Amino acid sequence: MAIFLTENSKVIVQGMTGSEGMKHTRRMLASGTNVVGGVNPRKAGTKVDFDGTSLPVFATVAEAMAETGADVSVLFVPPAFTKAAVIEAIDAEIPLAVVITEGVPVHDSVSFWAHAGAKGNKTRIIGPNCPGLQSPGKANAGIIPADITGAGKIGLVSKSGTLTYQLMYELRDIGFSTAVGIGGDPVIGTTHIDCLKAFEADPETEAIVMIGEIGGDAEERAAEFIAEHVTKPVVAYIAGFTAPPGKTMGHAGAIISGSAGTADAKKVALEAAGVKVGKTPSETAKLMREVVRGL
Amino acid sequence: MDLYEYQGRALFERHGVPVLDGGVATTPEEARELAERLGGKVVVKAQVKVGGRGKAGGVKLADGADEAFARATDILGMDIKGHTVHKVMLSVTADIAEEYYFSFLLDRANRTFLCIASTAGGMEIEQVADEDPDKVLKLPIDAIKGVDETVAGEIADRAGFPADLRDQLVNMFVKLWAAFVAEDATLVEVNPLARIGDGTVLALDAKVTLDENAGFRHPQHEEYVDVNAVDPLEQAAKEKDLNYVKLDGNVGIIGNGAGLVMSTLDVVAYAGENYGGMKPANFLDIGGGASAEVMANGLEIVLGDADVKSVFVNVFGGITACDEVANGIVQALAMLASRGEEVTKPLVVRLDGNNAEEGRRILDEANHPLVQRVDTMDGAADKAAQLAAQGA
Repeated sequence: MAIFLTENSKVIVQGMTGSEGMKHTRRMLASGTNVVGGVNPRKAGTKVDFDGTSLPVFATVAEAMAETGADVSVLFVPPAFTKAAVIEAIDAEIPLAVVITEGVPVHDSVSFWAHAGAKGNKTRIIGPNCPGLQSPGKANAGIIPADITGAGKIGLVSKSGTLTYQLMYELRDIGFSTAVGIGGDPVIGTTHIDCLKAFEADPETEAIVMIGEIGGDAEERAAEFIAEHVTKPVVAYIAGFTAPPGKTMGHAGAIISGSAGTADAKKVALEAAGVKVGKTPSETAKLMREVVRGL
Repeated sequence: MDLYEYQGRALFERHGVPVLDGGVATTPEEARELAERLGGKVVVKAQVKVGGRGKAGGVKLADGADEAFARATDILGMDIKGHTVHKVMLSVTADIAEEYYFSFLLDRANRTFLCIASTAGGMEIEQVADEDPDKVLKLPIDAIKGVDETVAGEIADRAGFPADLRDQLVNMFVKLWAAFVAEDATLVEVNPLARIGDGTVLALDAKVTLDENAGFRHPQHEEYVDVNAVDPLEQAAKEKDLNYVKLDGNVGIIGNGAGLVMSTLDVVAYAGENYGGMKPANFLDIGGGASAEVMANGLEIVLGDADVKSVFVNVFGGITACDEVANGIVQALAMLASRGEEVTKPLVVRLDGNNAEEGRRILDEANHPLVQRVDTMDGAADKAAQLAAQGA
């Protein structure tokens, strides 16, 4: 099963012919993902060779979907063009659009999110500013390294890329159903709650790791959701306890505004919802190990 | 990026939002000239990005140019909650009849924009919302439709603004929205929005936050970068395209990925509790592809910080392979030596993930006297904190 992305997923890449697009398309193919083509209006009709796999370039997402049956698009499009590319994916009604791009203006993200809503939310958007998602052994849509771990019973949702890799690595002997990097921007398409809901419904997922960081109140709202709707055990990690207020810590969304968005508030809310919160990534992995042992 | 009041006022003026006549001065002489042009009584306000400047003595009335010179002399150079005053804003005075509150802002949680409006202005809106929630209108704005005269009129009516001001307010709200969108702002706040004696509606304060991610389509926003307030190390890091934030501890931090680096700060602070309260000296994310050059630039910035007593390099090889990172560290140290910069501070390196074993082998082989390898994040943080305490 896994969530959002399975062995049957057919992936296209918007921005495949750019340097990042080329690099990661090659990696996705190497990990066994069924990448079926790319989109670039200026190079439509050409083919690109990836170590023996020849992929067609289409003019539009709609054309790529019609020709290949693609149901996932991964976007490596520069920030200035991301809004138009996401809106194109929404208009084509592709079920999943994974926006890797970092540095998208927040007005653009609000705008494509509103557009998705106006179109009836037929497209799940993940990101922007995220590493994408991976269902180990099945498919990889984004930049999460495919060789960290194999399939298993843990589901992971995270605002941070490297912390996702770190936790996957520490728990590699147990394995993951799906790991979703939802991104570090203030406005993102798929939230902690969306992933928790999907993991709760996924029979392959038996326990959930949730990684958050300073800024906003997504973790607090996730805690409320867990208390009411999640029966599977959840272990959490929050980064940024020592971050000063008013400073953006790398991710555009990672900022404590006044007294809002602190790591402490998030930890307190999660613990009140019965979630075990690790003090360090390694302690979090240890807590998850204990949870899995008890399953 | 938060703007100073004078910058926000000028931005409002550019977008046709009615404001008081005024300007900015960096010296008492400039304040005198400005006051002469404005004529009569003026307000002299310290320009700092922190609240409570009035209480701190940073806002004064002046009657005429000579008094403006004197007040500017008092205020310039003042320290307000750790912020030195480098500029004062002068404006003509207003005969305030009523004060209101108005803002457009990004609503992260609901992934849209929000309008907050209240007939109770001049104080913190959070306080009004706590004490008298009925007096605060919070209206989500449809990002596609935006704010036209119809929506602006709805805001004015629902917030309970006086009917005789409706036309003026509608005009102001539409212009504030245009400014909010055109400038890629995440906040435009007017507090107070005032009705003055003659019935005119004016924005008496201007609080604006701009989205730095949108900088590529606003080259003119460069002028808002505050050279006086920027830490020199942060400035140097920015010139090298590094994501660096100066903090106040003694353990220099270099890592890859914003989340991992934030986590590293925490882990170092926890470990530091055992060594007299050692804390991280900075946030530095060198990103996914940590080449030797990027590593050298990062090390140069961190080692250039006099507060730094030890450095913790924390890398998880995801896309980046640890052997490349290890080579990067070795080459970076050689590069720094060849630049004539003597490295004397100990480095603790933790490499894990992709090709970690090869990376560790490279470090062992190089056997640099200042580099210690510790293979767990918690263990390495402990070592770095210990070394910093010894060096402090």
